[in-house]
Amino acid sequence: MNFAWFVLPFSLGLFLLFILVIFKISFWVRQLPLRDRLLLNRGIFSFKIFKVIKEVIMESLLHRRIFKINPVLGFMHMSFAFGWFMLILVGNMESRLYAGTELNLPYYAIFFKYFVHQPLTIPFAEGFTFIMDFFLVLVLSGLLIALSKRIYSRVVGMKRTTKLKPFDVFAMLSLWFIFPFRLLAESMAAGMYHTGGFLTQPLGNFFAGFLPLGPLSYAMWWAYSIALGVFFVSLPYSRYMHIPTEIVLIAFRHFGIRRTKEYDMFKDVEVFSCSRCGICIDKCQLNTMAQVNTIQSAYFIKSIRKKNQQEAVVQNCLVCGRCQEFCPVGIKTDDLRLSQRMIFENREIADFHYLPQDVPVKTDILYFAGCMTHLTPSIKKAMLNILNSSGISYRFMDEDGSICCGRPLMLSGNNKDALKLMQTNKDIIRSSEAHTLVTSCPICLRVFREDYNLNINVVHHTQFIESMIAEGKISLENSGAKISYHDPCELGRGLGIYDEPRNVLSQTGVLLKNSLERKSSLCCGGSIANNQNYNLNKDKISQQVVAHLSAKEPDMIATACPLCKKSLVKYADIRVADIAELVSEQMVSNKADASRAEKKFNVESVEA
Amino acid sequence: MAKKVVVIGGGIAGMESSAYLAEMGYDVTLLEKEDCLGGHLRNWERLFPTMRLGQEVLDFLKLGVDTKVNVIRNANITKVNRIEKRFQVELDRGASFNADALLITTGYDTFDATKKEEYGYGIYDNVITSAELEKMFMEGKNIITPTGKVPKKIGIIHCVGSRDEKVGNVYCSKVCCVTAVKQAIELKEKLPEVEIYCFYMDLRMYGMHFEALYKEAQEKHAINFIRGRLSEASENMDQTVMIKVEDTLAGKPLKLSVDLLVLMVGFVPSKGTKEIGKMMGLEFGTNGFYKTKDQHTMTNVSNIQGVFFAGSCTAPKTITNTITDARAAATTVASYLESYDLEIRTKAFFQ
Ligand SMILES: Cc1cc2nc3c(=O)[nH]c(=O)nc-3n(C[C@H](O)[C@H](O)[C@H](O)COP(=O)(O)OP(=O)(O)OC[C@H]3O[C@@H](n4cnc5c(N)ncnc54)[C@H](O)[C@@H]3O)c2cc1C
Ligand code: SF4
Ligand code: SF4
Ligand code: SF4
Repeated sequence: MNFAWFVLPFSLGLFLLFILVIFKISFWVRQLPLRDRLLLNRGIFSFKIFKVIKEVIMESLLHRRIFKINPVLGFMHMSFAFGWFMLILVGNMESRLYAGTELNLPYYAIFFKYFVHQPLTIPFAEGFTFIMDFFLVLVLSGLLIALSKRIYSRVVGMKRTTKLKPFDVFAMLSLWFIFPFRLLAESMAAGMYHTGGFLTQPLGNFFAGFLPLGPLSYAMWWAYSIALGVFFVSLPYSRYMHIPTEIVLIAFRHFGIRRTKEYDMFKDVEVFSCSRCGICIDKCQLNTMAQVNTIQSAYFIKSIRKKNQQEAVVQNCLVCGRCQEFCPVGIKTDDLRLSQRMIFENREIADFHYLPQDVPVKTDILYFAGCMTHLTPSIKKAMLNILNSSGISYRFMDEDGSICCGRPLMLSGNNKDALKLMQTNKDIIRSSEAHTLVTSCPICLRVFREDYNLNINVVHHTQFIESMIAEGKISLENSGAKISYHDPCELGRGLGIYDEPRNVLSQTGVLLKNSLERKSSLCCGGSIANNQNYNLNKDKISQQVVAHLSAKEPDMIATACPLCKKSLVKYADIRVADIAELVSEQMVSNKADASRAEKKFNVESVEA
Repeated sequence: MAKKVVVIGGGIAGMESSAYLAEMGYDVTLLEKEDCLGGHLRNWERLFPTMRLGQEVLDFLKLGVDTKVNVIRNANITKVNRIEKRFQVELDRGASFNADALLITTGYDTFDATKKEEYGYGIYDNVITSAELEKMFMEGKNIITPTGKVPKKIGIIHCVGSRDEKVGNVYCSKVCCVTAVKQAIELKEKLPEVEIYCFYMDLRMYGMHFEALYKEAQEKHAINFIRGRLSEASENMDQTVMIKVEDTLAGKPLKLSVDLLVLMVGFVPSKGTKEIGKMMGLEFGTNGFYKTKDQHTMTNVSNIQGVFFAGSCTAPKTITNTITDARAAATTVASYLESYDLEIRTKAFFQ
């Protein structure tokens, strides 16, 4: 039997790792509600498992999404993960073929070159040696990038990389030492026994010229094994736990495990899946535009993992979704943030007994302006003008002032109070028997769609206007004005509504392209989700966003959210308008129709 | 030969400092971008706290610049060159003026009330600004609302575009509280039946005779002062304006319909102030007005040697303050031209 004492650190480390990871995973699974555990069991034995395997290969090994965002960083992650994986896989094939048995202990493949001194007698022997050296080179090249990233993060095109605590450095160093030791150990073995490939053999020959390879190589095998052992043991406690956890996360997603608003097991798995790649840090405008650099998702997630959440960090975030959009692991950072806010804020404080208990009037179409639209009356006025001149019959649900949609409270983490408001609104909407609810504010729209369970058509006014144009209810005249469009976070990244505003706008004027739009669009800074003392930072952000939107010298900035309008107008030298205002101005109105509609509206609202 | 001073901006500050500098014997050129002098003062009918006609003050100022000052109207400045210690100011029509010192008096603009959209300016017809009300007084016609009604109830809103982080202006504009009192009295004198409600955060009656004016407004004219900030305005069917305010003394929300809503718009740095500042590399303070070298001891001095400030381009000011500041600037410019080391004491104490 092949054995040497130096295999112990590796073997023990691997054993412990195995136990700890299994323990953690079973903890997650046991905490799942029964229904989700059943889903999990069913999922494992269904075709879905192939999807999981595919995604694990694409993401955990090849890191496709990081590649897309940042090729150099992608290469770094890929070379470590894929290179090492291939070393293990090919190494095992090689050793098993050689030994002619399946039953080797794991260390045999790892320290194969120590145990086997003669040239291989297996098929494709040269190929194997080549491949093993090739992947070692791949891993080492990744290591080189990682090293330079730590010294100078711009190497990988990042302005800022994650900050490390001593234990992280320890785990990282143990990982980094594995491959140089392996290189040295294998090269020295090659120097003695001529078992090396294109990299290890020449290096081994070189060492043989002036070094006592016998004792030295033995020391290197020890060092290699210790580095591996240390890394394995520290893995569950370091960020490298993301490696096994991401597989669990991918499985959870494919098997349809449910997410709740609270901090649940799904979110715990997400927290442990964060690789601290740091991509989110540079995407965050609080960092790039306001020099707030302690709250970004990478740090925030780490604080959850360390059970050391600080209210100031949890609350200081725009919940703009930019980091989420770019997170290569697909962590729902916005939901995570809100779930943590609930820890601080979720309490029943408000008494809403004063809310009106109106008996609503029946209608097909309800228009809900929302409180922010009441604070931007030109949007409200424009919408009413559009609706009235289109001749459709509708009701203005919050004509006498809105009952809050509840989302501001939810964004602050106070879901309990939010639910009370939501119920009141829901009752009004339900009993109106409307089939369509039109809102002007994307913040309201989001909560109506995602949390009200209305089972009716809930649309933003840009969508409604687009359909009214399509149905010929209104028609527009193009003014030729150059327009720069600002995607509101809640409308764009939040609800994926990118095309409708653009389609409508390109009928009112000439829409300019902009380098940060759609998914990459900037947050206006005015987010109601940040309830830290935040005004100065807000202004810094709005100012820079206005500058960005004005870069191509448009005649005006258009947006589709009353809050965005308010934050941009503060610093814009040109006009800032909601799409509804532009539509209302560019409508080719049939005068007779318009006046008829006006009368009808008057009558209706008096009744209401 | 007399040393040359170019003064940019022919409002109160520019006129009064030019008059003083010319009297002292300097060769003064006053550049004004409009076709007449006076700046904002031309638009105010009566002035607080004396109720004197604005025109009288304007005539007084004009007398100062009539003979000795080289006044250039419609002056569109395109470039300011600095050649060693001298300056050369170029206009778009080719003319250029040399100067040993520059005095900037480019003033303020009133806050663009459409930026405070929830107050409905530019959206509802019967919402106007204090400057527009002043224009109505100036025209001397009967007071009617934009929709053609004699108002029975008028709301006056303080601090529009001032002391408001939401619009990015955190400072107090200093003249609008007392302007509100003045305008309320004037309205009451013209329309004795009208009810007037002023909504304020706190009343800043700091000037020598302001408090007396405020007392008169309450006691003689029964004008209502309610402490509370307007949250939003909306339009009723009959085009009156419904305002929602939290009465913070009574501690209850208040809804009121008025026939006319007057917004006391604050000061912001004028377009000319911003343009000239950018063109020359003058430093701006956090509030966007020019930054003076020291808030106590160097109030007229800029970051560029030989360039000075006067009037409301550095901060909101009343006419009294503007005139005082203009005269102070004239002495500061003269001291510089006579080679006094102006900064030596400030440097010794504060830098
Ligand atoms: C509604 C209202 C009522 C008021 N009523 C009173 C009152 O009753 N009593 C009182 O004491 N104060 C009153 N004030 C304050 C008063 O208006 C100011 O104190 C005064 O106008 C300040 O004068 P100024 O010269 O600094 O600025 P401005 O009056 O703004 O004059 C600046 C001048 O510079 C010119 N200029 C700007 N840029 C350039 C450029 N680039 N090139 C050339 N020229 C340029 C402008 O055209 C203008 O003529 C009132 C203010 C408001 C808003
Ligand atoms: S949250 Fe996502 S983007 Fe940010 S460090 Fe973690 S894995 Fe990377
Ligand atoms: S949601 Fe926006 S503000 Fe919050 S951490 Fe992510 S990028 Fe930054
Ligand atoms: S003077 Fe009065 S109205 Fe004007 S900003 Fe100051 S407090 Fe407000």
